Amino acid sequence: MCHTFPALTSDRSSRICSLLYKHGSSMASNSSGSDSSDRQRIAQQRLSVIAGHLQRPVEGNSGILAAECKAQGDKLDVSSERRTVPRRRQEIMKWNGWGYSDSKFLYNKKGQAEFTGKRYRLSGMIIPGLREWMESTFGANLQHKTPAAPILNSSAVQPPTLNEAFLKELKSTGIPFSHDAEDRVFRSHGHCLHEIFALREGKIGRVPDLVVWPNCHNDVVKIVELACKHNVCLMPYGGGTSVSSALECPPEETRSIVSLDTSQMNRILWIDEKNLTAHVEAGIVGQDLERLLNESGYCTGHEPDSMEFSSLGGWVATRASGMKKNIYGNIEDLVVHIKMVTPQGVIEKSCQGPRMSTGPDVHHFIMGSEGTLGVVTEVTMKIRPMPEYQKYGSVVFPNFEMGVACLREVARQRCAPASIRLMDNEQFKFGHALKPQVSSIFTSFLDGLKKFYITKFKGFDPNRLCVATLLFEGDREKVLQHEKQVYDIAAKFGGLAAGEDNGQRGYMLTFVIAYLRDLGMDYYVIGESFETSVPWDRVLDICRNVKARIVRECKDKGVQFPPLSTCRVTQTYDAGACVYFYFAFNYRGLSDPVHVYEQVEHAAREEILANGGSLSHHHGVGKLRKEWMRETISSVGMGMLRSVKDYVDPNNIFGNRNLL
Amino acid sequence: MASEAVYSHRDPMLKKRDDFEDILEERRNSSDLRYALKCYTPVLYKGLTPCKVSELKQMVLQSDQLGYVITQVSKEKGMTTDEVTGDAAAILEEMAQRLQLSTVRFFAFTLSKVFKTLFRSICVNEEGLQRLQQAIHNHPVVLLPSHRSYMDFLLMSYILYTYDLALPVIAAGMDFMGMKVVGEMLRMSGAFFIRRSFGGDKLYWAVFSEYVKIMLKNGYAPVEFFLEGTRSRTAKSLTPKLGLLNIVMDPFLKGEVFDISLVPVSISYERTLEEALYARELLGVPKPKESTSGLFKARKILSEDYGSIHVYFGQPVSVRSLAESRVNRSQFNLIPRHIPTRPSEEILSFVNDSAYRLVRAQEENMVLKPWVLLAFVLLQKQAAEDKQGTALDEFTEQAVWLRDLSRHYGAFLHWPDHIPPSEVVSSSLSLHRGLVRISEGRVQLALEQVGGQQVPGETRSAITPEEELLNQAVVILSCVSYRNQALNVFIRPALLASAIHTAASNRKQEIYNGFSFLRNMFSNEFILCPGATVQDFEEACYLLVKTGALQINQQEVLITERGHRTLAFLTSVLDPFLQGYQVVCRFLCEEDCLTEKQFIPAVRKFIIKHLLTGRLRYIEVLSSDLQKNALAALIRLGAVQKIKGGEEQGTLKLNKVMLNSLEDTLGGKLPTQKSVVAHL
Repeated sequence: MCHTFPALTSDRSSRICSLLYKHGSSMASNSSGSDSSDRQRIAQQRLSVIAGHLQRPVEGNSGILAAECKAQGDKLDVSSERRTVPRRRQEIMKWNGWGYSDSKFLYNKKGQAEFTGKRYRLSGMIIPGLREWMESTFGANLQHKTPAAPILNSSAVQPPTLNEAFLKELKSTGIPFSHDAEDRVFRSHGHCLHEIFALREGKIGRVPDLVVWPNCHNDVVKIVELACKHNVCLMPYGGGTSVSSALECPPEETRSIVSLDTSQMNRILWIDEKNLTAHVEAGIVGQDLERLLNESGYCTGHEPDSMEFSSLGGWVATRASGMKKNIYGNIEDLVVHIKMVTPQGVIEKSCQGPRMSTGPDVHHFIMGSEGTLGVVTEVTMKIRPMPEYQKYGSVVFPNFEMGVACLREVARQRCAPASIRLMDNEQFKFGHALKPQVSSIFTSFLDGLKKFYITKFKGFDPNRLCVATLLFEGDREKVLQHEKQVYDIAAKFGGLAAGEDNGQRGYMLTFVIAYLRDLGMDYYVIGESFETSVPWDRVLDICRNVKARIVRECKDKGVQFPPLSTCRVTQTYDAGACVYFYFAFNYRGLSDPVHVYEQVEHAAREEILANGGSLSHHHGVGKLRKEWMRETISSVGMGMLRSVKDYVDPNNIFGNRNLL
Repeated sequence: MASEAVYSHRDPMLKKRDDFEDILEERRNSSDLRYALKCYTPVLYKGLTPCKVSELKQMVLQSDQLGYVITQVSKEKGMTTDEVTGDAAAILEEMAQRLQLSTVRFFAFTLSKVFKTLFRSICVNEEGLQRLQQAIHNHPVVLLPSHRSYMDFLLMSYILYTYDLALPVIAAGMDFMGMKVVGEMLRMSGAFFIRRSFGGDKLYWAVFSEYVKIMLKNGYAPVEFFLEGTRSRTAKSLTPKLGLLNIVMDPFLKGEVFDISLVPVSISYERTLEEALYARELLGVPKPKESTSGLFKARKILSEDYGSIHVYFGQPVSVRSLAESRVNRSQFNLIPRHIPTRPSEEILSFVNDSAYRLVRAQEENMVLKPWVLLAFVLLQKQAAEDKQGTALDEFTEQAVWLRDLSRHYGAFLHWPDHIPPSEVVSSSLSLHRGLVRISEGRVQLALEQVGGQQVPGETRSAITPEEELLNQAVVILSCVSYRNQALNVFIRPALLASAIHTAASNRKQEIYNGFSFLRNMFSNEFILCPGATVQDFEEACYLLVKTGALQINQQEVLITERGHRTLAFLTSVLDPFLQGYQVVCRFLCEEDCLTEKQFIPAVRKFIIKHLLTGRLRYIEVLSSDLQKNALAALIRLGAVQKIKGGEEQGTLKLNKVMLNSLEDTLGGKLPTQKSVVAHL
């Protein structure tokens, strides 16, 4: 089904593939018996090989030359081919937008929206509803374009401030590095709106002076030692998908800034089937990790929306959360062991016990430290056998209130599927606008019939109804049973099952939304998403108030068109939920749109906090939300974090200035 | 939204106000019946889920808030929760409104008839109603009318019905319930009834606050109540009560709604129905208990002319913008919101400040008729013991002078400029012919109603001097209630003028100290926003400088040549209050043992004595309102202490030294005496 793809992602039956890419209606077909047992056999073989490797005692941390470590790594590696992220990322990824260079939305000559490339389910398809949706939602117009600067003007990049002594010693280690302008610019930003907006305008601020690509833990040890010795500022760089200004170089930093790109530390070092754990280098990106584990019949089940590009180390450093956390847990539940290199040395626990009572868990100093304490190099993670069966689903509710009540009940009964998400009405419409052109009259006839049934027969108001998307996972029988349970609860809240297709499209939206932002930016539309977590009793209030605040702030700040202000509940917990807000507006007529954008986002965050929401559920704090840290964790809490930082990194070698 | 419109320090003359439209005009020209039966389809709150009265009650009884309190009460009293729920349901039954369109239509019909006989016109600002309509659509709305008459809430609903706006539910005092039929009628026109006091009753409070909040949050109807808590008998705005305001702000503060619009409404009557009733009440004739038959006795009222009514719907005030950078809403994050908690100091002071702003907004949009200014002149002449009265042309000249001054101070004066002033004056006088007498081209207050018209030789002995005084006082206090309508316009400059008058030097600092002392002293008497002394001082200076009465430099305050008349007038505005408070201090100094209950009768006696001996000029000091306010101020300042509990419950403990020095300071004998100021 997806075997015609380019080498980078050409793996045939990968999970990623089944999730993201084009396939027929029998999706989740990886349950077909022969196929899976075949894969398991291969995995067994590989693991026996690995077991052999493991018998050789691994040396201590220091004293091993980088070259050695690489050689050793190669042997240890479970499977080393087909890595997604090359050193020169700009060869396959956009330098001033989201994702792969070959994949993007555009309006073709007929004025129809189209998604280019071949990587995704949506690739190569016409999306007939998008244009009208954009025009009516934002007042955007195809005549009014704001194209991005096509290529990076290297002369706009400040020449690097190099620490010659550091550089000299670095050279002698043999670790690859670069001070090429493109490499440096690529690592100077995450994906906040203001960062991408500036790049599109060709504006380049402070960028790292040097990029290094360690190959393994020991390379990192070496680099950190040198950085301490020569007082160089280190900024770890994983997938580059930050949306908290965490990768922005602090303008006040006068030392040479070295971006430590972990992308080449991307091996699975071993898999332990007895304990169901895998030991992985922290630079691996989500899609590679899943694909490689899948080859052995396993998965981590950790699927943040950014999983195509975000890295394991980044997840640990920001306390990431995955879509399927209901089955697999968030990153803090998945991690068994962490190795991190700090200016004071390497921190790690001495055993892999599943739980310990040994004072405060030191892992929790590391998780969420956002690169301020050191570099996470290796992580032992829980793994699970790949699920036998997967099924999408969706439920339409007459209104958002009913939908939230249903999610709350599902959480109360602790029967949440792998993923359950509730989109509000605006987002439902948005999802609808992204429907690709239907090929047969029959399908469109069916769609019409469904619509008639829901709005006319069941009396749902099309401007109020909302939809929950579901993903079930497990063995077939249990999934079907589970599905029934959830649909029964939904029915009590007026929910109508609305088919697998709607559900699946909902999840697809997650992956393409970042691409859509680039399209918006071509036509005067800027936007962003942000998230929070909130107790159940406040979910409706926070959704209503934050959305209304955005609308009001836009009006007050002179935005000429009504903004898109929408939300969805993306995770359920026992005591609350995670809420995601999307916000975008047409900035024609504004002299400083980014400033307006930032003011509105700031106001929205204030509103979130005033309504009992948290500063962040999983995006992290970075520099964007630093100002609210003290009120969030109290002065004593700040002091605690501060004292850890002062002990671990007294000279602020990890000087990205996030968090504190 | 328009929080800055609530309180601004710009030139008050530039204040923009809407025009008025007379709604009775159409009533006089078309069928009342058709009007009462017209199609009524008001714009509703956009987030409204329509529900019936009975569903509303169910929502209250099933709310988490009430559920929590019911459990609590049942544990405390050892009752089952079912029993307590039953009690709650009974409370709700007693309280709840039953708004019915048919009753509203009935009122629309009858009130049209009544209003047309009583009033010449009922003028409303249509732009304000348009703003209100917008506000009702966007957010839950709270209507906050001023309260000078029983008529107020009927009038409000009548106007809203006329303009096809959502009818409010109205918080009314339980005393109306006494009027059987009328009480039920009012209930069916949207009134809900609350007990006057329910201090310790947790369950009552919970039912009541939840009932109000649910109606508000769901946008069921605009909620209407009177910030002043009761009708002002003096026509001065009363210190706002915070209970209900606290309740209606709560859903915003706790994030249950995005915003709430508070709409101050100013209702001014050219002639108050209750005019003489109020005066008697203030003089010690107790307020008659509201009863249906009592209302019908008031029928003779119907034969009189009560002039016009002006109703001004002010700018909606967004609670969100009031709270912006004032209240940290995240303080509610850590306790489940359905558990009742005592509001924090921060919240209390926020609600208090908001209440003052809103009352000021009411005051500022209160239409003043020329008669209000005439009342100033008449009372000042009377106090100057001008027995002959004033020649009409002189009287008119003074009124015109006052007209210009009040306009400069931002008064919302409805003085018809196209009519010669003399005609304006005489028509105003004729509307209030019960209070004034014009003879031989001279005008004065009609104080000698009985004595003056009597044939010599008839038995005058039937009337004691004390009775005569009280008869005069009725007229004076009636007149005072009109003058008071404009006091808010002059109060800040008057405080400044008095401070200048008593100060020993021109030094600005000294005058400021005096101002601050007086302001503090009178903050129970007038609406003076707490903590705004500096702003008030600056506002007063600004107004007096602008009108050329003062020159102020860094250090000094100088009265200009033409400023003397203004300052004399302004000093005389405050003078009755100064003397009144002084005499209260004097009285307390001479007392030994006094309970709170004895205070009013005793001080009244004392004042009558002083008035009869001519030691006190202002008859209006007899107003129990002034006496109560004075006592409250003295308690606040610590000169008097109220003993709570024990055998001496309600006894007043007097600090004679302080009372003495306060009296002297008020009298200007010991200007800016250090010790007193230090006490404050």
